[in-house]
Amino acid sequence: MKLIYERSQAGRRASALPRHEGLPAAPELPEALRRSTPPRLPEVAEFQLIRHFTELSTRNFGVDTGFYPLGSCTMKYNPRINERLVTLPGFANMHPLQEEDGAQGALELMWRLQEILAEVTGLHAVSLQPAAGSQGELTGLMLVRAYFADRGEAEQRRKVVIPDTAHGTNPASVTMAGFELTPVKTDSRGNIDIEDLRGKVDEHTAALMLTNPSTLGLFDENIEEIERIFHGAGALMYYDGANLNAVCGISRPGDMGFDIVHINLHKTFSQPHGGGGPGGGPIAVRDILEPFLPVPAVVRRDEQRFGLDYDRPKSIGKVRGFTGPFGVFVRSYAYIRMYGPRLREMSETAVLNANYVLARLKGAYELPFDRLCMHEFVLSARALKREHGVTALDVAKRLMDYGFHPPTVYFPLVVPEALMIEPTETEAKETLDAFCDAMLAIAREAAQSPELLHEAPHSRPVKRLDEVRAAKRPIVTYGFEAHPAAEADAQPVAVEAPKGV
Amino acid sequence: MPALPVPGAGRLTHPFLALTDADREEMLATIGVASIEELFRDIPEPMRFRRELALEPALSEHELADHMAALAARNVDSTGELCFLGAGIYDHYVPAVVDAVLQRGELLTAYTPYQPEMSQGVLQAIFEYQTAICELTGMDVSNASGYDGTTVTADACYIAKHATGRTKIVVTEATNPQVRQVVKTYAPGFGLEIVEVPHRSGTTDPEELRAAAEDAAAVIFQHPNMFGCLEPAPELVAAANDAGALPVVHADPLSLGVLEAPGRYGAAIALGEGQGAGNFPSYGGPHYGFLAARQDFIRRMPGRIVGETVDAAGERGYVLTLQTREQHIRREKATSNITTNQTLLALGGLVYLTWLGPQGLRELGETCLSLGAYAKQQLAERAGLEPLFSEQTTFKEFAVRVGRNAREVVAAARERGVHPGYALGRDYEGMDDVLLVAVTERRTPAEIDRLVDVLAEVAR
Repeated sequence: MKLIYERSQAGRRASALPRHEGLPAAPELPEALRRSTPPRLPEVAEFQLIRHFTELSTRNFGVDTGFYPLGSCTMKYNPRINERLVTLPGFANMHPLQEEDGAQGALELMWRLQEILAEVTGLHAVSLQPAAGSQGELTGLMLVRAYFADRGEAEQRRKVVIPDTAHGTNPASVTMAGFELTPVKTDSRGNIDIEDLRGKVDEHTAALMLTNPSTLGLFDENIEEIERIFHGAGALMYYDGANLNAVCGISRPGDMGFDIVHINLHKTFSQPHGGGGPGGGPIAVRDILEPFLPVPAVVRRDEQRFGLDYDRPKSIGKVRGFTGPFGVFVRSYAYIRMYGPRLREMSETAVLNANYVLARLKGAYELPFDRLCMHEFVLSARALKREHGVTALDVAKRLMDYGFHPPTVYFPLVVPEALMIEPTETEAKETLDAFCDAMLAIAREAAQSPELLHEAPHSRPVKRLDEVRAAKRPIVTYGFEAHPAAEADAQPVAVEAPKGV
Repeated sequence: MPALPVPGAGRLTHPFLALTDADREEMLATIGVASIEELFRDIPEPMRFRRELALEPALSEHELADHMAALAARNVDSTGELCFLGAGIYDHYVPAVVDAVLQRGELLTAYTPYQPEMSQGVLQAIFEYQTAICELTGMDVSNASGYDGTTVTADACYIAKHATGRTKIVVTEATNPQVRQVVKTYAPGFGLEIVEVPHRSGTTDPEELRAAAEDAAAVIFQHPNMFGCLEPAPELVAAANDAGALPVVHADPLSLGVLEAPGRYGAAIALGEGQGAGNFPSYGGPHYGFLAARQDFIRRMPGRIVGETVDAAGERGYVLTLQTREQHIRREKATSNITTNQTLLALGGLVYLTWLGPQGLRELGETCLSLGAYAKQQLAERAGLEPLFSEQTTFKEFAVRVGRNAREVVAAARERGVHPGYALGRDYEGMDDVLLVAVTERRTPAEIDRLVDVLAEVAR
C-alpha cells in the first residue's frame, strides 16, 4: 500500500484556515531564524486523508476486531461510552492551568479515582501523575530513594531485588533510578526461589520489585515469607501492578505487605491501548511514603472543594507535565463506576477464562509449571520444536490464519519457546473454544505439515516480515529522494477488506 | 404463554462479561475444580480479601453519562470562557478528521505492534509520523513518541550522558518550568547535575551559555521560549557544539512552518510537546512528546522505532526495529524503560499535520504571528499595557506587565468571562505583575478586542 507521501501532489490541501482582514502584517522574522525549506508534509485533499487512514486501519487488528490474548497486556474490551465521555467540552477543552475554582469537576474526578485505587490496592495514598506503568516503576523507585535518603540510608541501600521472570521494564527502571540490580531465581513451582533470596537480602537492599501474580501467571505461594525477609531487613516492597486484573477484590497488594504499587490503567481499567499507548501508571503507597509523592497532590479541601497541593517539601518533584494523563483518568474512572464492587466478578472471570483455556491446551503443549493459573499462563512449544522443528513464532504466525492475534512469545525468558496467553474476562466461551480448537489444530499441523507453519501467515495483507534486514540497514523515514515524483493515482484506490478475521 | 421475567429480578450479567451460568459450570468441570473460589487456592488465607470492595454500586451506562456530564459541567472550559492560557498547552483547532481516524477500532484497540503481520496499519502510520517529525525538525530519526514534552527532555539527558560520558546538563531558565522540574526529578537517578542559565531581557545570552556549556553533556533550550521570545537559536547551538555538548532544542512543532528546522542550524536533538498539533488540551493529557535526533544517536534513542523492510514475497512492509536498544531485550542495559508510549496521540499528530500540509502549517504560523502583533499593539494602544520584552520577536505568546499582581488580574478578568493568561510570578521571581498571553489561530480579532477591553478595565 502507498505511503501518504506517495499520494501527495503539490497544491492540494485538506485544511482551510480563517483569514482576518486588516491585521498588521506578521513581524519580519530574522533571516537566521526563518524557515529556509518547507517541510515535505503530505499534500492531499480531505477525502484522500480519510481513505488513506481507513485503509491503514483495515491492515490492523484490535480488540474490536477479534480475540487478542497477548499475555501480560490485558487486551480487554474498551467500552465505547468512554470515548464519548472524553469529548465532553468540560473535559477535552479544558486547559491544565485553569484555576482551581474552574477545575472542580476534574479535580473531584481525580480525587475519587485516587480513593478507588487506594481501596483496590489496600494502600493509603495515590498519585495519578505517572504516564505509564514503566514510569510508575521509575517514580516508585524515586520514592524508595527519597525515603532512604530521608533516613540517612541512601548510600547504604543501593540494591533492588528482581526475579528472573520480571518484565524488562523492572531492571531498566532500576538502572534509570540509579540503583543496582540483584537478580533472584525462580523455583520449580514458579515462585521466587526462597533459598536463593535469603542470601541476597541484607542491609544494602533498598527494595524488592515483584509482579504477583507473576509473568508466569502464578501467585507466589511464599509471599508471606518474602514479606518477612524484606521488611525484616528494613527494605521496601514494590508491586508491579501489570497483573492486577487477576486480583481485584480478591487479594490486595497492601494486604500482601507491599509498600508501593503501580496500576496500569490501560490494562486493568480499560484505557484503549491505542496501538502502543497512551497508558496511565498511577502509584499507590503506604502512609510512610506519602510525603515523597510527586507534586501537585490532588486533595479534598473540604466536603465541597478540591484542589492541587504543591506544598510538599519532601516530594520527589514532578515526573511529567501537570497532573497526569487526564483523559485516561476519565475512561478508567468511568470503567470502574460501571463495575463498582463487581470488579471482583471481572477478576474472577478473567481467572476462570484463563484456567479454562489452560485446561484445554495443556495436553497438546508443554506446561512448565503445572498449577492452576491466575489471569494468564505460559505454555512452551519446546516439544514441537524438538520433534517437528516448529517454533513458538511459527505457532504465533499460524494463529493469524485462524483469525486470532497471537499470544506474547518468547517471554518470560525463563521458559524456552514461551507462549504467554491472557484471554481476559471479556470473551465468550465460544471464542475461547474456537481459539483452543485452533491451537490444537496447529499442534497437529506441526506434526503433519510443518511447512504450513514455517510459511505462515498465509492470509494477512503481508507475508512474514524480515526483521533482521530492517535492523541491519535501518530505514526509518520515507526516502523522498529515492522516490522523486509521486505518480498520480492511475487506478482508484482499492480499500482491502480485512483478511483472515 | 410463559410469564414475562420481572425486571430487576436476579443478578444481571454484566454488559462487559459474557459467561452464562451454564458456561461457568461447564468450564469449571473442564478445569476440574468445584468452584471459582477454588481457582484462588494458591493465595494464602491471610492475604485473601474477605469483604466487598467499598465502592459505590455499579452504574448503568446512562447513569454514568449523567454523572460524568455533571462532573464536566463543574469545569470551566474554552467554550465557556474566552481563554488566553498557553505556557506549553495550546488551544489549536483539532479537525474532525483526527477524531474519525482515532476512533477506528482497529487502531484504537490494538497494542504495540509486536506482531507486524497483524499491525501493518499502526506500523506504517508510525513510519509516516517519524517522517513528518523528521521533516519538521530537520533530523534523521524520530521515535514513535514519548509521554510528553517534559519526559522526552529527560530522555535527551540520558542520551547525552551516554553519548558524551559527561554528567552536567545545562538548561536555560527561559525553558518551560514544567520541563525543568521533570528534568530535575530524573537527574539524581541518572547521576546528572543540572545548571540553569538565566535569561537576559527575555532571551539567553550566547556567551553566557558558552561559559556554562563547558564540560556539559547537553545544552537544552526552548525556542520559542517560555516567554514566547525567539532565542538566538543558531548561536546557542554553536555555543553548545563548540563545548562538545549536545545542543537540544525544545521546539513548538507548529512554529516550524515559519521557523528554521533545528537540524538546519546544527542541533543534535530536537524535541517537544506535540499537544498543539492534533490533541485536545484535556486538562494536561494524554498528549505526546516527540523526540528526533541526528543519525549518530539512532542506537541510543529511547522507545519504539519503526523501520521499513520486505516480507517473504519481497513486498514492502514495516516492523519495530533496533529493538536491541529496548528494555524487553536489553533489560538493565536498555536505553530507556519506556514501553507503552503515546502512539494514538502521535497518530493524531500525523493526521493533523497531513490535514495542514506544508502550506497550512506556514499559514498557521503566520496567522499566530499576525494575531500576536495585533494583540500587543492593541494592549499598548488601548489598555496602556506594554510587552515586557518589547525588543524581542515573539511567536504565539508574549509577556505583558499588568501593573498589579497578575493573579488578581486573572481573577478579576475571569469574573468578566475572560481568562487572560498565565501569571508568570508562579514560576519566575520578580514577575508577580506579569501575564503570559497566548494567541493561537483560534482567537479572532474580536476576541482579542474583548481581552483588551477587560484588561483595560482590571489591570493597573
